[in-house]
Amino acid sequence: MAELTYRDAVAAGIAQEMARDESVVFLGEDVAHAGGVFKATVGLLDKFGPKRVRDCPISEQAIIGAAMGAAMTGLKPIAEIMFSDFLAVCWDMIANEIAKTRYMTNGQIALPLVIRTANGAGSRFGAQHSQAVENWAMAVPGLKVVAPAFPADVKGLLAAAVRDPDPVLFFEQKSLYSMKGEVPDGEYVDQLGKAKVLRRGKDCTIVALALMVHRALGAAEILEREHGIACTVIDLRSLVPLDTQTILSEVAKTGRLVTVEENPRLCGWGAEIASIVADECFWDLDGPIMRITTPHIPLPSADALEDATIPSVERIVREIREKID
Amino acid sequence: MEAKVKGKKAVAAGDDIGRETRLALYRLQLELRYCEKRAYDLFLQNLVKGTSHLSLGQEGIAAAFGVAMRPDDWTFCTYRGHAHTLARGASMTGVLGELMGRECGLLGGKGGSMHLTDVTKGAMGSYAIIGAHLPVAAGAAWSAQYRGTEQVAVCFFGDGTTNIGAFHEALNFSVVWKLPVIFVCENNLYMEYTPISAVTAVEHPAADRASAYNLEKVVVDGNDADEVYLTAVKYMNRARKGGGPALIEAMTYRHSGHSRADPAKYRPEGELEKWLKRDPINIYRERLVKLGVADATLKDIESDTMRKVDEATAAAKASSPPSLDVIEKQVWADGGAAWRN
Repeated sequence: MAELTYRDAVAAGIAQEMARDESVVFLGEDVAHAGGVFKATVGLLDKFGPKRVRDCPISEQAIIGAAMGAAMTGLKPIAEIMFSDFLAVCWDMIANEIAKTRYMTNGQIALPLVIRTANGAGSRFGAQHSQAVENWAMAVPGLKVVAPAFPADVKGLLAAAVRDPDPVLFFEQKSLYSMKGEVPDGEYVDQLGKAKVLRRGKDCTIVALALMVHRALGAAEILEREHGIACTVIDLRSLVPLDTQTILSEVAKTGRLVTVEENPRLCGWGAEIASIVADECFWDLDGPIMRITTPHIPLPSADALEDATIPSVERIVREIREKID
Repeated sequence: MEAKVKGKKAVAAGDDIGRETRLALYRLQLELRYCEKRAYDLFLQNLVKGTSHLSLGQEGIAAAFGVAMRPDDWTFCTYRGHAHTLARGASMTGVLGELMGRECGLLGGKGGSMHLTDVTKGAMGSYAIIGAHLPVAAGAAWSAQYRGTEQVAVCFFGDGTTNIGAFHEALNFSVVWKLPVIFVCENNLYMEYTPISAVTAVEHPAADRASAYNLEKVVVDGNDADEVYLTAVKYMNRARKGGGPALIEAMTYRHSGHSRADPAKYRPEGELEKWLKRDPINIYRERLVKLGVADATLKDIESDTMRKVDEATAAAKASSPPSLDVIEKQVWADGGAAWRN
């Protein structure tokens, strides 16, 4: 085990896959010489050269389209979209082309590619550089959607995404880039579609993703220590495939479900989970399902406003206490 | 228009196209014409559902590239893609079957007219969102360049595509990366219902933009299969050797409306008639006769081709609708559609 930052784990995951498979190539804006605007891909150009690590013009449609064309003809591209907000600029390529091509061609075309992107709030960048948009991707059939919360998961899930034969959107939470954690040395590959239970308690099951996992863990600590409410915390890690079995079995044990989502309220991923739990383990519930989300607003930029908008440890504690006490 | 003149000169001066290639060009143009007309007949019989965008009048371009391309080259085309898909050798039964929503369809009934694809023939898809496939073709060309295979990606699109962002992104990207991709604008004078000249800043919507991407201006007569063929060979050979992309604007005209819903009433009187006199297939037949090809040889090709279309029609009609079992198949590479455990 080595201690790596979340951003170093990105480079480590890409490097691991590029070293083992010549067909893996990497492209994006400012990713090669500059090492990425978040410095998540430093060193890859030196290690693998300009043929495999390529800087692109500010042309998101060209970047994602090129990744698609390369994937259907034998390469395994990793494309970076600098901010997840910019996915909207190339959403046709992702939602209409990449997601649907295998199905529409009846399996003739395979698209083994990964689109990495920096997602979410915490940097005071405002409404066009701080959105959490993982639920956009979840709504489109044909896309796998991954969002790691820890450096080890960044490396392991990124490796799994590259090896996956289907298109994967890989959401890196940008305020986690400097977070440190233990990452397995050597070749490390995780599995898509496996949630992790990070903490167990008898009173309530909290399901969270990416940055919200850390806030949920912080809240669970306070709830147990100060208020005697013991929570299970599940890190979903991927929205598609969705590990419903882990959610259902943990909710059955506690009788309570709380989702903590960074995405705005309407059609956030927690709504889908709430629906599944209501359908499939309603009689195990001891109370209403609770969703804690960002309000349904564009994200404001000032620190005070942004902090008050994204679910915080304090808000999670308060809302759970109000429902459970 | 200098390039156009050059092409005509080349044809007039005698070229190395050769009899066999010319007969192949004639046969393929006919095949595309007869099959497309059949698609229209089947639509009138309510056997072709959804929409369909016919290439009647534009066959010279698809046929010329179809003959000029290497079997392992890649075609990317638009929703007006029946001809380009057939031109790569895709099964006619598969094409007609797909239009009719039958099991024998190229896509098993999952894609329809606008998404014809046959990867085994290098027909890498018909794309129904304007402009999307230009970057995709660039990506395929990148893959060829990366692997050193000397394959070329050819990307066909209409004049309307030149006003969407992806066109410009793909051109810049491909030139900067020196990719082996040929962009072919089929300028049929109308974006959909609106004349392209009414909505475009330049006279030649593709070729007049070429200089912005450090490409030469190439305009050819798209209704002259020989001229398109020679141009295709020239630029594909250059691309294979690392010379980078080309942008070719082929002037042509669609004989029918934009789609099955369009009677094309917006066309000025006499315009269609003028272009019908420049029908690429008639032009080609006359040339072959002038070059000494016996009328009987041409008639044989014509009756052979009609028989092929009739047989394909019968086979497609005989095919069943797809089994409902396929609905939740092939979302993922494991063959299924599961999004949860």
